[in-house]
Amino acid sequence: MTRFILVLACLGLAACTQPGGQATAPAQPSADPTSAAYFQSSVGDRVLFPVNEATLSPAARGTLEAQARWLIDNPSYRALIEGHADEQGTREYNLALGARRAAAVQEFLVARGVADGRVETVTFGKERPLAICSDESCYARNRRAVTVVATGGAGV
Amino acid sequence: MWRALITALATLGLALPALAQEPGQGQGRGPLRIEITEGVTEPVPIAVPDFLTEDPQLAEFAAKIAGVVRADLAGSGLFRPIPATAFISPITSLDSPVEYRDWQAINAQALLTGKVLAKGDQLSVQFRLFDIFAEAPLGEGLQFTASENSWRRLAHKLADAVYSRITGEGGYFDSRVVFVAESGPKDARDKRLAIMDYDGANLSYLTQPGDLVLAPRISADGARVVYTSYATGRPRVTLMETDTLQTRLIEDPSGAMSFSPRFTPDGKGVLYSYASRGNTDLYQLDLTSGKRTRLTQAPSIETAPSFAPDGSRIVFESDRSGSQQLYVMQADGSDIQRISFGPGQYGSPVWSPKGDLIAFTKQHRGRFHIGVMRPDGSEERLLTASFLDEGPSWAPNGRVLMFTRETPGPAGGAQLFTVDITGRNLRPVPVFGAASDPAWSPLLE
Repeated sequence: MTRFILVLACLGLAACTQPGGQATAPAQPSADPTSAAYFQSSVGDRVLFPVNEATLSPAARGTLEAQARWLIDNPSYRALIEGHADEQGTREYNLALGARRAAAVQEFLVARGVADGRVETVTFGKERPLAICSDESCYARNRRAVTVVATGGAGV
Repeated sequence: MWRALITALATLGLALPALAQEPGQGQGRGPLRIEITEGVTEPVPIAVPDFLTEDPQLAEFAAKIAGVVRADLAGSGLFRPIPATAFISPITSLDSPVEYRDWQAINAQALLTGKVLAKGDQLSVQFRLFDIFAEAPLGEGLQFTASENSWRRLAHKLADAVYSRITGEGGYFDSRVVFVAESGPKDARDKRLAIMDYDGANLSYLTQPGDLVLAPRISADGARVVYTSYATGRPRVTLMETDTLQTRLIEDPSGAMSFSPRFTPDGKGVLYSYASRGNTDLYQLDLTSGKRTRLTQAPSIETAPSFAPDGSRIVFESDRSGSQQLYVMQADGSDIQRISFGPGQYGSPVWSPKGDLIAFTKQHRGRFHIGVMRPDGSEERLLTASFLDEGPSWAPNGRVLMFTRETPGPAGGAQLFTVDITGRNLRPVPVFGAASDPAWSPLLE
């Protein structure tokens, strides 16, 4: 398996994330609409989920519509969708739940015309929270699926 | 990984009566006996004087071995070692008659005497156990032998013998625990595989820093560990030989995600979860032939499988009802029956090595509990409660559970705890650093 190569630049205000949710320093906004940084900041790289669910809200669907259009317009990119859960739940269940969330995003993108082979999924369960407090304000941000785009080799 | 160890077991030459006491003898009472399942409120006072030795070079071992025996017994919650300052009559020889009245006077109910000797480059411990109020030996004198650097195992074996004679249950002190050693911030936790004695001693790491590994399980013979590793970037079930630390992935389709592995009772197979297109089901892999068998076929999440010790049935968790619950099925995946019906969600079930109970994690009203129930779901009882308790693992005797307790917030961290099946004797395991996902080995050979 070729390692997923990430070109990552972060935008904006607070820290943003690498695969697995590790925080990185903020970087300059990207004006290049074909860049991964633009995808992350302007298209929106993540959708959030209710507790123990993998259903896509209207807001999530809106974000994913934009993601699908961007991926179709930028065919040199591949997408790796990371499914995450909050810490309220057992380790195994959260791994399964993260897989379910990532798959929900993958199915949506494919249904909107992104080639199946360009979209891969991975679950991190509750192992890589983005926000580390232990109340709903953090949990809500951690119940997420993050689409990480990168130009890369033949296989993810 | 497992220290090569020669443990010879031989009864001492002197003939001692074995459990000769009939109920009603002695002072009008039966032999000393602790019934673990009834919930022990008052630990049994036991005297464990420092062991004897005729070799001044072994004096340190004589004191250290007795110290570990005392720590094992006290840690079980069933015994209270009496401080040496209270002792009236000194033990000067393993063979001289016991002054029962002197031990009765300080209310010692049991007395353990021992002697350490060298046998070539090996250490030997001879010991005797006495029921003070029945004024009789409890079982025969025994001797354990091991290499010098395994002196702690000698102590654990001895403590197991004491525990076993007084409770009638198997011991659990001479055992190891594979677990995940954690470091780093909560949003980028470094998780390495590690192994230690059950009491936190002799810790060593099995994988490198920078790993993300989860939920190891150890085979019945201790020779293999199976766990989930992110070494490839995805969760993959990985098998490690504990002596060479060699690893291999057991599941190979490209893009596969597999997790929650556990050995079959004979160690020849692995049960695990496999996630495909967002759907997680249970599979069993035969490690010899490589044959993979799918056990469940449902759109719901099926994970955390655990075999009954006789290999006849499997307990697992599923959200097929709409929330996480426990189910039992036949070993071939047939006849799925739900067994958990209380309020809340149930996960990570583990069948006791005795077969009589299933331990689980329960989540209810924002709190987590470790609990146990009968395999038919009856007699549920919760043993702990906290912000986050999860992942119980059985002691070899099926009477104690070790689990992960995590504290909340940005500075929160994981620690290992033990609790007995009556809910008593909750205590932290003294591990160096943060730790999670314990897997208790069977008793060592």
